[in-house]
Amino acid sequence: MSEGHSTYTPKTGLGRWFDARMPLPRLVYDSFVAYPVPRNLNYAWTFGGILSIMLVAQILTGIVLAMHYTADTNLAFGSVEKIMRDVNSGWLLRYLHSNGASFFFVAVYIHIFRGLYYGSYKAPRELLWILGCIIYLLMMATGFMGYVLPWGQMSFWGATVITGFFSAIPLVGDWIQQLLLGGFAVDNPTLNRFFSLHYLLPFMIAGVVVLHVWALHVVGQSNPTGIEVKSKTDTVAFTPYATIKDAFGMIVFLFVFAYFVFYLPNYLGHPDNYTVANPLKTPAHIVPEWYFLPFYAILRAITFNVGPINSKLGGVLCMFGAIAMLFLVPWLDTSKVRSAVYRPWYKLFFWLFVVDAILLGWLGSQPAEGSYVFMAQMATLFYFAFFLIVLPVLGLIETPRRLPNSITEAVLEKNKGGSGHPAGATAAPETKG
Amino acid sequence: MSATDIHDPNRRDFLYVATGMAAVVGAGAFAWPFIDQMRPDASTLALASVEVDVSSLTPGMSLIVKWRGKPVVVRNRTEQEMKDGEAVKLADLKDPIARNANLPADAPATDANRTTPGKEAWMVMVQVCTHLGCIPLGQEGDFGGWFCPCHGSQYDTAGRIRKGPAPENMAVPVFKFISDTKILIG
Repeated sequence: MSEGHSTYTPKTGLGRWFDARMPLPRLVYDSFVAYPVPRNLNYAWTFGGILSIMLVAQILTGIVLAMHYTADTNLAFGSVEKIMRDVNSGWLLRYLHSNGASFFFVAVYIHIFRGLYYGSYKAPRELLWILGCIIYLLMMATGFMGYVLPWGQMSFWGATVITGFFSAIPLVGDWIQQLLLGGFAVDNPTLNRFFSLHYLLPFMIAGVVVLHVWALHVVGQSNPTGIEVKSKTDTVAFTPYATIKDAFGMIVFLFVFAYFVFYLPNYLGHPDNYTVANPLKTPAHIVPEWYFLPFYAILRAITFNVGPINSKLGGVLCMFGAIAMLFLVPWLDTSKVRSAVYRPWYKLFFWLFVVDAILLGWLGSQPAEGSYVFMAQMATLFYFAFFLIVLPVLGLIETPRRLPNSITEAVLEKNKGGSGHPAGATAAPETKG
Repeated sequence: MSATDIHDPNRRDFLYVATGMAAVVGAGAFAWPFIDQMRPDASTLALASVEVDVSSLTPGMSLIVKWRGKPVVVRNRTEQEMKDGEAVKLADLKDPIARNANLPADAPATDANRTTPGKEAWMVMVQVCTHLGCIPLGQEGDFGGWFCPCHGSQYDTAGRIRKGPAPENMAVPVFKFISDTKILIG
């Protein structure tokens, strides 16, 4: 937000003393109290705050779990069971942590899809978007390595398959794979380094989150209309409006999270991971955690060689390419209109893309045989077509609907249109644009 | 001062470049131990060879030994399996190279080249899928050889890739029969 000068005025002597030396209270006040937010933000905008508390929760539960966990192939599985049975409240902390990872990804996927729907990545928010993509990559690395730590069958074979990606790289692939594993196969050195990195990466995420929020506060939040803030009437103060709304979103989200922790703690996991890792026996059906399934389906969809690229390298390239697409979105989308609200065709393709992503996720959980392979190939084709064809072309040929002149106008028009509302109803900030 | 031609490489330029180069080399030398420690350590590399007693294997039986942390299958193939393996035309193979560490790197993937001379019934092979490293299941799939449950790669009775995403035939490690009933792998 192109905010003016700070409006913070310390009220006490101590506050003035502090402000002259290290204006941290001023930074907090300007960022989380007086900070102007668009008045029309809907609940899709609460997931940034939700993600922040999930990160803090994961770090907290992770630090205490590390006090009881042992990173050794002979002891790891047993130490996790000890946490479940012997450590006081250990079962709760572990279920909070393992389900917390899943809900972290639930929140980040909603956050990403919100960005795609409302065009939040467009200028001047490209860097903000890319920092978010980097956080997502770090989350995937952290989630993957965390899943290896309990040293169950899925831990072991998931690690084998994912580190196997690197052996697809020509010439140096095997060297890199051995560098990652510390051996010729997943073993004790692998477990130790994954534990070390699993502990490190969340703090790196926290660092990039600071940059993400910094970039956000320079350019300001986008909003459901996709129109930039033009005047003071377009915004409300962060506190109490956004604070209360975020808090309510968090509470609802944590309700669902708690339901899983207490009633379905293993629903999102895999029963094979309660079998200790066996390097000589692959489970009949390997699946990664649910949040990787769409990419896993893309990896497996490439069963054919293309010129000098064999099927293995092709699958790995497509899988990483699928993530790379996200980084390029700000430049692939040629439309001048941000929000899908005013782009009827984009809105249609966006929802098709959502369906496609969910379909890929489902296919990733199915065995790679028969018609599933063909379906995965078609779904992969659409995935890439969405980014490489739909986004660039639609921006050039689509006729967007008329944009309102300002956020305020959009909000007032919406409230007028809703005939059921009393005429005097204030422009509620949560009204969807 | 004004007489000095600043475009001419002079003593100062040389010092800048030399200092910069020294800093780059120093940074690389400092970084290397941090990368080097990630590589397989001495104890991992020490597990180079294993000896296997195969006297108990009648045709149709396999055993698996662990070599370098990976399973190596030793299979005494049946007549039918050998016949199936020999019947395959090289042109039908996805990977026409033998991938046999005991042979030249470009040896064609005939059934004989996947085994060792005089012991054609015996398959000795790293039972790791060349796709992403899962352990294929023995005597399953469309070709009666190995089937990888992870991503559906299918291998024939000589461990050659026939279908699915795996790019290469399964690797035959360096091995030899040190007697009629003993194999040295590695």
